[in-house]
Amino acid sequence: MSTAVSQIDEVKSTPWSGGRSPFNVEYGKMMMWFFLLSDAFTFSSLLISYGALRFSAAAWPLASSVFQSIPGTSVEHGAPLVFVGLMTFILIMSSVTMVLAVEAGHRNSRKEVVGWMIATVIGGFMFLGCQALEWNHLHSEGFWWSSIPNDETLKEFFSGNVSLAAQHTSAHQFANLFFTITGFHGFHVFTGVIINIIITVNVLAGTYERRGSYLMIEKVGLYWHFVDLVWVFVFTFFYLV
Amino acid sequence: MSQHATEVHAEHSGEHESMTKKKIWNVFFILLAITCVEFFIALYVVPHYPVFHPFVNPVYIVLTLLKAFFIVAYFMHLKFERMSLIFAIIVPILFIIGLILVLTNESHHWFDLRF
Repeated sequence: MSTAVSQIDEVKSTPWSGGRSPFNVEYGKMMMWFFLLSDAFTFSSLLISYGALRFSAAAWPLASSVFQSIPGTSVEHGAPLVFVGLMTFILIMSSVTMVLAVEAGHRNSRKEVVGWMIATVIGGFMFLGCQALEWNHLHSEGFWWSSIPNDETLKEFFSGNVSLAAQHTSAHQFANLFFTITGFHGFHVFTGVIINIIITVNVLAGTYERRGSYLMIEKVGLYWHFVDLVWVFVFTFFYLV
Repeated sequence: MSQHATEVHAEHSGEHESMTKKKIWNVFFILLAITCVEFFIALYVVPHYPVFHPFVNPVYIVLTLLKAFFIVAYFMHLKFERMSLIFAIIVPILFIIGLILVLTNESHHWFDLRF
């Protein structure tokens, strides 16, 4: 066989003509990016629906009244944002430990990767625990899918003169959207924790050391940061705005 | 900037040596600081200064997008990827912006129909 390169083969050596990938990124990692993009569309649809229903409502339950307790403690009133602030901090913190695991993976330091991955898993469980407390608190007040508190309790969540019918409508919409969106996000956190555990077990088993690359940590890292990213938006639109 | 990024990639072929431990903690403190500013607005500015009420929500949204930028660019390394990958991920977001514009407009119309 001749070693001479034909004219046609030479043309195909540049990125955009089929010679090599123009993205310069491993296949699995690129697919993770595209999966996250599709997931971003799903979450956006949910959050945009929330916005549309809220904009078209006569009134909306005040976040500072609905979320003013610290579940798990005896503080029932006057502490808005404290609990969700803690949840946000936990999730950002676990994002940092994840990116530190990725960084340790680049140095092929198995011990450090395991340490940071375990920290990330713990952070994930802490967030899920907080979310369970938050859900339990709202449920004890009477909120659930298509279920709202009695009229007496409901009154406290609205400012100004809002008709009972308007309170009922928007409280129902709020309850359904809150449990659906935070539930969908919580499900992502839960799957993220499971995936992180599997990856940690693989690291301990030496799978990636044998493979010579800790790229898998980067891929699950992308998923985990995305979960954090979604929470940033959920936090703003449910708790702040 | 983009030319520089391409050069870096030519050298390291897709590896991400651009995130050091120090940079990771820097990004963490930026995210923490932005969240603290949001809390300050929600817990102090809103109850005490009703004058600022019309500006509060746009400020929240800008701060949220800023946080999103730092997470995607640094934690998810997108800033250090090839331009083609960055565009492949960012450009489809235009569809989301489109849906936001359409449904926001539509929801005001629903409001007018109902009240």
